[in-house]
Amino acid sequence: MKLMGAAVIPVSSGSRTLKDAINEAFRDWVSNIATTHYLMGSVVGPHPYPSMVRDFQSVIGKETREQILKSYQCLPDYIVACVGGGSNAMGMFHPFLNDKDVKLVGVEAAGNGLETGKHAATLSAGSLGVLHGAKSYVLQDKNGQILETHSISAGLDYPGVGPEHSFLKDSGRAAYVSITDTEALEGFQLLCRLEGIIPALESSHAIAHAAKLAGTLKPNQIVVINLSGRGDKDLDIVNKALGAN
Amino acid sequence: MSRLESVFKPKNHKALIAYVTVGYPDVASTLKVVPLLAECGCDIVEPGIPFSDPMADGATIQRANFKALANGVTTAVCLDTVKKLSRKTSIPLLFMTYFNPIYQYGLEKFCHDCVASGIDGLIIPELPPEEAGEIDNFALKSGIDLIYFLAPTSGDDRINLVASKARGFIYLVSIAGVTGARNELPVDLGKFIGRIKQTARQPVCVGFGISTPEQAAQVARTADGVIIGSKLIQLMETDDAAMTTTQSFVRNTRKALDEIKQGLS
Repeated sequence: MKLMGAAVIPVSSGSRTLKDAINEAFRDWVSNIATTHYLMGSVVGPHPYPSMVRDFQSVIGKETREQILKSYQCLPDYIVACVGGGSNAMGMFHPFLNDKDVKLVGVEAAGNGLETGKHAATLSAGSLGVLHGAKSYVLQDKNGQILETHSISAGLDYPGVGPEHSFLKDSGRAAYVSITDTEALEGFQLLCRLEGIIPALESSHAIAHAAKLAGTLKPNQIVVINLSGRGDKDLDIVNKALGAN
Repeated sequence: MSRLESVFKPKNHKALIAYVTVGYPDVASTLKVVPLLAECGCDIVEPGIPFSDPMADGATIQRANFKALANGVTTAVCLDTVKKLSRKTSIPLLFMTYFNPIYQYGLEKFCHDCVASGIDGLIIPELPPEEAGEIDNFALKSGIDLIYFLAPTSGDDRINLVASKARGFIYLVSIAGVTGARNELPVDLGKFIGRIKQTARQPVCVGFGISTPEQAAQVARTADGVIIGSKLIQLMETDDAAMTTTQSFVRNTRKALDEIKQGLS
């Protein structure tokens, strides 16, 4: 971001995670409203951000649909994508929503495990709430205070999720599962070994789930994994995590 | 006439409204400071229900929120504290908080319990009128006022919308920004207040950034009241003499507001 000319200001308030960075960005925006426009990086926040970001991100879903029809003359059986706020998943899912035979699977971060409370699996373990101007599933305590989250991947470390994912979960159109830090690291290594591609730790959650899923499928069934980011940025974290094992 | 309306009834009386986070630095202090604020000339107090993500607040009130949460202050504790305060003072009390703690408590139950505790109204900075229908129905039924916001950036459409919905008073944010004591306030709020008054019959109170009696008086020349939060929190956290310092600040502010009324300022 600095190379592109941006000033990067670390967040020092609250729990110093993504949710606090969003709070600070909102505060900065309202303080400099005359000269600033707010850009949301995910399908979260108040309307119209979730639909705007979905529409921008849906290029990946449109191209995937077109290319797979060309290459295989059929649609995939499954599409698997990681979900933090859920932008890459929403962009991939959206052009397939009316293709009822395509099963959509969102993979959340189970962190140290759902039972430990140290995770970021909002749809799997959260409840209905209002955060950052949108009503959606939220990780919160019984008093409505937002909980701190944990995931090995910074991009999934968020206690909310895009409201349209909440809708897809409740309507049953998409299914949401979760993958732990340890499983994501295995997914990361799997893609490195098999394809020579270093996936982002976020996307590694999707890879890990797809690998589990593949074991239950027939050889002719097709699974699309959305490889939403590159893992160069995560090598320090991965080295540390694998070195500690 | 509601208690809130009667604050604005005397001609040319400028309302002094104070914000305190419930349970900051502890619940005992809240129980002590609110009656003192009333004694020193505050017309209305806003007890704040702390929230983990107070988006509209600057560093001072954020810190107060986090400390109160660390003290175990919940929505139920706030309702209980207000119930005790209602026995000690008769001035109107408005809860200031964010939507999610109320939503989890249950909107209908919350409005009901607010009335039982002696709350007169609610201030929810992240809740625009377009999204407020559900809670406003319960608030109306319970007879409590929902206070809406305007900012100097608001256009005529928003002024008209807020003027058609607001009860109690309209909360005008002094400046584009978050809460927090400031040295400088925009000079020309008067013109904007004039625009609001063309459509709105509700009193207009100005908050965000007011931190001296002089600023309060300057703002109140055109507004019906001023709201002070961060500055009071800062005074309350100074030292052992905090209560005395807070009291004299509020007395001086009251005096500055009353002098406008008498045309001395």
